[in-house]
Amino acid sequence: MSDNARLVNRPELLGILALAVLLVVILPLSLDVFRLNLVAKYLTYAFVAVGLVICWGYGGILSLGQGVFFGLGGYCMAMFLKLEASSPENTKIQSTPGIPDFMDWNQITSLPFFWKPFHSLTFTVIAIIAVPAFFAFVIGAAMFKRRVGGTYFAIITQAVAAILTILIVGQQGYTGGINGMTDLRTLNGWDIRPDHAKIVLYFFEVACLFGCIFIAQFIRRSKLGRILVAMRDKEDRVRFSGYSVANFKIFAFCVAAIFAAIGGAMFALQVGFMSPSFVGIVPSIEMVIYTAVGGRLSILGAVYGTLLVNFAKTSFSESFPELWLFGLGGLFIAVVLAFPNGLAGIWSDYVQPQVDKLLRKKSPKNGWTDASVADGAPAE
Amino acid sequence: MLIGHQPKDFLLAVEGLTVSFDGFKAVNDLSFYVEENEIRVIIGPNGAGKTTVLDLICGKTKATSGAIHFRDKDLTKMKENQIVQAGVGRKFQTPSIYDDLTVFENLEISFPRGRSVFGALTFKRDAIVRDRVEEVAEMIFLKDRLNMSAELLSHGQKQWLEIGMLLIQDPDLLMLDEPVAGMSVSERIKTAELLNTIIKNRSVLVIEHDMKFVEDIAHKVTVLHQGQILSEGSMEKVKNDPKVIEVYLGH
Ligand SMILES: Nc1ncnc2c1ncn2[C@@H]1O[C@H](COP(=O)(O)OP(=O)(O)OP(=O)(O)O)[C@@H](O)[C@H]1O
Ligand SMILES: [Mg+2]
Repeated sequence: MSDNARLVNRPELLGILALAVLLVVILPLSLDVFRLNLVAKYLTYAFVAVGLVICWGYGGILSLGQGVFFGLGGYCMAMFLKLEASSPENTKIQSTPGIPDFMDWNQITSLPFFWKPFHSLTFTVIAIIAVPAFFAFVIGAAMFKRRVGGTYFAIITQAVAAILTILIVGQQGYTGGINGMTDLRTLNGWDIRPDHAKIVLYFFEVACLFGCIFIAQFIRRSKLGRILVAMRDKEDRVRFSGYSVANFKIFAFCVAAIFAAIGGAMFALQVGFMSPSFVGIVPSIEMVIYTAVGGRLSILGAVYGTLLVNFAKTSFSESFPELWLFGLGGLFIAVVLAFPNGLAGIWSDYVQPQVDKLLRKKSPKNGWTDASVADGAPAE
Repeated sequence: MLIGHQPKDFLLAVEGLTVSFDGFKAVNDLSFYVEENEIRVIIGPNGAGKTTVLDLICGKTKATSGAIHFRDKDLTKMKENQIVQAGVGRKFQTPSIYDDLTVFENLEISFPRGRSVFGALTFKRDAIVRDRVEEVAEMIFLKDRLNMSAELLSHGQKQWLEIGMLLIQDPDLLMLDEPVAGMSVSERIKTAELLNTIIKNRSVLVIEHDMKFVEDIAHKVTVLHQGQILSEGSMEKVKNDPKVIEVYLGH
């Protein structure tokens, strides 16, 4: 019980340290800039996966539309970068200089009103958080107050992902359409394309990821985290203990949305473009698979799951591109059937006891069964 | 009958309550009144509508017509969590506890503080909470099981845990749906003892089939049949009512 007062207990702290060593020391030292940038790209999805641990793993709310929030965050960031790249000098060959190139191609002659605030970086940073939070709040309030949950909710989130994709593709003049927003160059005058910028951005991203991990950990350790677990199990009992179940679900969904959006913004910075192919149904489902593979009750597991599946995807789809989706589907089914707690479950069931034996430490007993599953995180 | 009384005298006043499920009236024009500190038992054959009455009071099911007044509040217009916060606690027919949490955490969640999202995030497990949880755990015979996963409790212990979860809310009206169903004889005796300590200073509405148990605790008994009141009064009166004997006690 004394564990409750602390944010992390010892095995959790070790897990976080191991991840920090991997991301801050081992990977940057052992990978070239190209590969490190690849890791950075994978890590942008880890934000989504960590959010899904809170929303889906703990709250039991399966969202198959996290790509929406990833996309909203990414597009907010990309709009700022695109505006900066479209200065009148850079675009003087256009018929209307000073507006993004795709607008010019679509015969738009002045910057649309909703683009204008994205000249400001402060506004953009706020928008990256606020826009997806607002959307998640509206969707969450509309669904959860009406007691729509489970499969129906998952289907609705899919529909939202599909609609947003269609909207972005259809409104070419405002969004860049199917090609997205490309040719992003500078952030407040600082060129984001050279190698050293990529490295700086990588470390910035890792810092943000740990920020999200700590927030998630704080939520998990708070009474709110236990209420989420309780709700997942006996929603009515929670309701008849005086809680507004809908408000807690909305909160979990908004947190997941904000994390996803931060990931999306990082993506725009790291990869230098944003397109609707990261918004739709397929990427949204892939993000859920990363979480499932890592272990949906483990915050750190979700990060490892994301990295591993993406490494597999990259190496696999280079050689057998058409087989990858089948492989991914098979992986998901295998995990759900055989290892419902994913890599983190395998770690805490099989590896951790061995490690403990080796170190001749007595296994840290935790009163909370879920926590002991969540503790485990596969080290490298 | 009691209709002439002023509603002020009663903790709970149910009047003309009707609910129909696709035309089937599970509760039909039902009226009854519960006083402060009264222990009322509802009995009746299976499917009589007993559980549905509790569902209506605690807001789980919306009434088709009729009124439910709790003190000066109209419960039919309130949300479930507001009804709880007004002082109505409800135990479900099958034990409804959180399997994935410990006994301590089960009780802690029911502690009436930090019920908003922000309140839950900043909730501190302080001495007041700890003491109260331990006090209740002692009453429900689970003091030495506080750190155990609730999943591992026996059926009877789960029933007690849920009663404890209600107790820690300190409701003014406690509603229990078959609290001793499925319990062993020794567990029943302990539960009767438990109920006798927790019913002090509050009103209790109990559904029960065990007549021995009903006789032990009831101040007044309401017999429900096909969604309507068949008989009401002291146990003695109800037991000797020919209508009750025919539809319920006879077999
Ligand atoms: N949500 C519902 N939809 C349709 N019918 C319902 C619903 N809830 C209850 N009923 C019906 O209403 C009737 C009364 O059910 P209720 O559960 O209140 O009975 P009960 O008196 O508690 O019985 P038991 O002693 O078996 O617990 C039953 O015929 C039941 O099938
Ligand atoms: Mg019943």
